[in-house]
Formats: sequence, structure tokens, C-alpha cells
Amino acid sequence: MTTTQSPTAKAELGDSAFAIDDHSDQTFGEAARGYWRRVRGGDMGSLPAILGLVVLFVVFGLANDRFLSALNLANLVTQAGSICVLAMGLIFVLLLGDIDLSAGVAGGVSACVMALTMTGRGWPWWAAVLAGVLCGALIGLAIGLLRAKLGIPSFVVTLAFFLGLQGVTLKLIGEGGSVRVDDPVIRGITIGNLPVAVGWGCAVVVVAAFAGLELVKHRGKVTAGLHHAPLGVVVARIVGVAAVTLGVTFLLSLNRSVNPRIEIRGIPYVLPLVVVLLIGLTFVLTRTRYGRHLYAVGGSAEAARRAGIDVDRIRISVFVICSALAAVSGIIAASYGGKVSASSGAGNVLLYAVGAAVIGGTSLFGGKGRAADAVIGGVVVATIANGLGLLNQSSYINFLVTGGVLLLAASVDAISRRRRSAAGLG
Amino acid sequence: MTEPILELRSVNKSFGMVHVLRDVDFAVYPGEVTALVGDNGAGKSTLVKAIAGIHPIDSGEYLFDGQPVTVHGPNDVAALGVEVVYQDLALCENLDIVSNMFLGRELRQRGVLDEARMETMARQALASLSVRTVKSVRQTVSSLSGGQRQTVAIAKCVLWNSKVVLLDEPTAALGVAQTRQVIDLVRRLADQGLGVVLISHNMVDVFEVADRICALYLGRVAAEVKTSEVTRGQVVELITAGHSGDLGLAPAEAAQST
Repeated sequence: MTTTQSPTAKAELGDSAFAIDDHSDQTFGEAARGYWRRVRGGDMGSLPAILGLVVLFVVFGLANDRFLSALNLANLVTQAGSICVLAMGLIFVLLLGDIDLSAGVAGGVSACVMALTMTGRGWPWWAAVLAGVLCGALIGLAIGLLRAKLGIPSFVVTLAFFLGLQGVTLKLIGEGGSVRVDDPVIRGITIGNLPVAVGWGCAVVVVAAFAGLELVKHRGKVTAGLHHAPLGVVVARIVGVAAVTLGVTFLLSLNRSVNPRIEIRGIPYVLPLVVVLLIGLTFVLTRTRYGRHLYAVGGSAEAARRAGIDVDRIRISVFVICSALAAVSGIIAASYGGKVSASSGAGNVLLYAVGAAVIGGTSLFGGKGRAADAVIGGVVVATIANGLGLLNQSSYINFLVTGGVLLLAASVDAISRRRRSAAGLG
Repeated sequence: MTEPILELRSVNKSFGMVHVLRDVDFAVYPGEVTALVGDNGAGKSTLVKAIAGIHPIDSGEYLFDGQPVTVHGPNDVAALGVEVVYQDLALCENLDIVSNMFLGRELRQRGVLDEARMETMARQALASLSVRTVKSVRQTVSSLSGGQRQTVAIAKCVLWNSKVVLLDEPTAALGVAQTRQVIDLVRRLADQGLGVVLISHNMVDVFEVADRICALYLGRVAAEVKTSEVTRGQVVELITAGHSGDLGLAPAEAAQST
């Protein structure tokens, strides 16, 4: 309701439910209590992931003094990059309650296409990247068509692609070999750094833009008399984003070279890449009609169909988006490793990404999840891999721990879902 | 007497060998609640689906606002301003009330969802129905009770300026207090000038809110009567036997239908 209401309309409202409609939680304290109520009711969002991250940092920091060094934190950022991007792609599929087991290998094949067109045919890097991403999108299209039009469960379709695509990579590369990726631009995604001044500039712009948008949005909602969060929560959100952004920028701007004669400082290029993807995908999911329809189909495909939404088209589109982002992720991984091998994207890559999405708070049952969840979860998974690596644990421990964490996250998801329905929360 | 807003004349519908609707005449009047009653298998659902455009009719006329119209599918009917609220409500539990009311018809401004306008319009629609029970329009539907969900589904029809609303057993799964709310809502909907069709098994609800009653018996209209002119017992007889005293189908005709 607007504030410019005639008295009759007000009287009408007095009779309605919206007379007591709280347009906002009155105070910051009440908002905090409301949040706590939601958490207790099982609607935890990414809270477990953030708490887990804090615990991991403390544990690994105490266990190994190199863990918190600037060099290792920069490593962590580049390691998390490909996982975060893959997990962001998987979010789209998970939102519909589907799964894409082949996303990791689809990334491997796409990276392979990119590497081969560059080294074999001498294509420029941008054309090769385009070819790789296109390859990913085509794989996604095939999966989506099989899932939506033939109605094969996505688990089976993508399991078949998981096996089949590994064969494709093997054929493209040849038994046991690998293709080098030494294009300076592609390699630079993970080994190159933004100049320190540019890094700070970007960080300040991001924080200022976020703060500005949030405040303008809040102002608009208050003047229109719409449902809005209290100002305190908005400010807290801005402070949180500013602290993380500026803190990370500061750490990455320190000289992290172990060799006193060379200086390494600045934000690795992969970080802004992830941030741009995060902002773009968040916009698509929350502000566009397409995004709204994604959540609707994930919540109830039948209701969406009756509302006139083309469910099949939505279903196909998520697999295309997922595999295209998997291609980007595969290219980042190739940049980090400097090569594409027959096992690229196989093994535990996909497990990591699904784990990242679920740990971040995306539901495996569909209808719930955010792009930011994938990034937070991706950092958690990368931290586990990085920390265990530093502790020189044998790789069996790594598998056990990651598998255990995934199981834990899925259990949290299932339990919180039960509590949500018991508490009547969304 | 006012002209019916929606009218079906001698409509027939068969599924294979089964003749489900036989020469059915059915009319919906603006500002009135027409109850559609009948035993299981009498053809209520088929009639509703025929009106909704889901089942094409084999023969007969479909008139809207006095004009004959041809109906090829649900979209044609929706374009006329006819909304159906199905028994299973077709709401997305993970979305909030506003999103559900605008689902598939979201308002946009320069390509971006226009949340402010949608929220304002949703509030107005709910307020115009004097909905008392919903705390906030930004609640997710999963946190609502059955009656509140029914309310949201019905309010959606007001939002889109529908002319005719068909409610398929809106109180079947509800408790006493919630049934009360929904029945009040049905009345208010009709008071706003909409033609309302209420499909129900519950005679208490029917006699409380309906202006006229159309009883189906084995695919035929046994009788279309004003609620004020019949007793509950007569309607039950119409439903179960097809006739009651001099009302309804002649006994021979009723028997023949079987």
C-alpha cells in the first residue's frame, strides 16, 4: 500500500489482514531474533558453511603455520576458482531438483577442445575459449533434450555422459597423453595478477556499488511502503561485504613471494572472473522472469506448467547453462594445471562441486539455492583440499574427508528440510 | 433476470464409449454463486474441464457474454477471463505469496522484475477480499495453512480481473474455521460482480453461499434451482436419484441414463 491513501482505502485495510502486516521487522534486534528463529526452524542458508569455514581456518592455521601465509591464501583463491564456477553451474540444475554428474567431464572435454584448437590449429585464445564453451553448451543441450523430452532421469543420462565423455577426451588426446596449455592469456587467468592499484580500485568500486544499490533499494521500498528489512540489517550486510572484499584485497596485495628478489602481489585474475560471474548469475536468478520461473519449476513443476511456463524449455536451459559454466571451469582448471590430460574433470572434481553447492546451502530437493552459496561452499571445499594437502596427508584421507563433508552437508540439507516443513518455514 | 456471463447449451461429451455429459445446459450469472453438485461420476469434473477448455466438447454451444465462442484450449478460456482454482492448488511452496499470484505473468520494468508494483497489486487484491489471516505478502506459501493457500489461489483471480471463477471443492480439505473463511471469501468474490461456480459435496456450504444449485445426475442436469426454493433433502434426492417429487428428471428418464 502506498502512503497516499484515501481514508476509505485505509478503513478497508483496517479490516484486512494487512492491517497487521508488518512491513518490516521493527528493529535490528527483532530482525536478529527473526533470523535466529528461522535458523532454529531449519532455514539455515549458508550459515553452516560460514561457521565451517571459520573452524577450518582455525584448525588448519594451528596445524600448519604456512596455511595462513599470504602465498597459501592466494593459492587457495586460485584453487577455489574452478570449483566455484562449476558449483555455480550446478546450482541451476540442482534448483530444478535434477543432478548433472557429467559436469566435471564436460568441462574436461571443453578444455580439451580449447587446448587442441589453440595448439593444433593455432586459433587465437578467444576463439578457442569460445569453441570450448560452445562445446560445453552443446553437451548440455544433448543432456537437456534427453532429460526433458525423453524423460530419462537426469541421474542416468548424466551418468552415461560421465562415462562417455571420458572416452571422448581419451580419443581427442590419445592414450595417456596430455595437451599443454601455454597461451599467456589462458595461463594468466590463474598465474597472473591484477596490478595492486587496479585491484584496490576494483574492490572500492564493488563495495561502493553494492552499498549504493542496497541503500537506494531500501529507500525505494520504504517510500513505497513495501515489505523491507530494517536499515540496521542493510547496513550490516554492506559492512560484511565491504569487510570481506577489502580484507581479501589487502591480503592479496601483500608481497607473497618466498624469494626475496622477486615480488608477487595483486589479485589473481581468476577472482574478478568469479565475482563477475557471481554478480551476473545472481542477477539472472533473482531479478529476471527466467530466474523466477526456475525457482517455480523447482518448487512445483505442475504449478509452473499450469501457470503457462514452458517447463521443458526451462529444464533444457539449465543443463545448457550448467555445462557451459562447466566449460569455463574446465578452462580455469587447465589454466591452473598448464595442461589438459585424459583425466581432466574426472575423479572427484564433480563431487567437490556438488559438495560445494550443497555445503553452501543449496537444496538437493530443488527450489532453493543461490549463486553465492556455490562460492561460499566452493571456498570451504577448496580449503579442505588445500589444508589437507599442506598437512601432507595421503590422498586416501583427502577422499575420506571430502566424502564425509559431502555426506554431512546432505544430511544437514535433509534434516533442515524436515524441520522446515515441521516449523512451516519456506 | 440478468443475462448469464457464461453459458453452455446442450453440451455432449464422450470418452470412447462412455457418454459422460448428455445435453447439459449450464449457466453462470455475474454476481451469483452457482453450486455444481452431483455424486461421484456424475460428470462434475468433466463439465469443469469442458468449461476450462481442457476437454473439447463434442457438440453444443459455448457462450460467453451472450456471444458464441469457440474454445480450443485452456489459453482461449483464460483469455476470456475464466479462471479455475483446482483442488490441488497449483502453488509453488518455495515462492512467496506475491510471486505465486503473478506466476507466469510477472510484471517487468525494462526487462527486470517489477517487485514493487507486483507487491502493491497483490496487497490490494488481498485487501479487496478483506483477507484477515495472512501475516505478510512476502511469506512463502509453505508457511501457510490450507485455508490461507486457498485464499491466495482465489485472490489471484481477483488480481487478474477475471469474470468467472470455478472453484473445485475449495473446502474439501479444510477445518471448520478455515472453511468459514473460504466460504466468506466466495461470497465476497460474487459480491464484486464475478460469476462464481462452486463445486462441492458439502450441503452446508452449498446452502450457505450458493444462489442457485445445478445438480448433475449421471451426466444429465437433474435440475437447476434457486437455493431459496429447495430444501436440503430435495437436493440430496436430486443428487442420489436424479429426481425429487416433481423436480428433476422423470423416473423413467433417470433410469434410462444408467
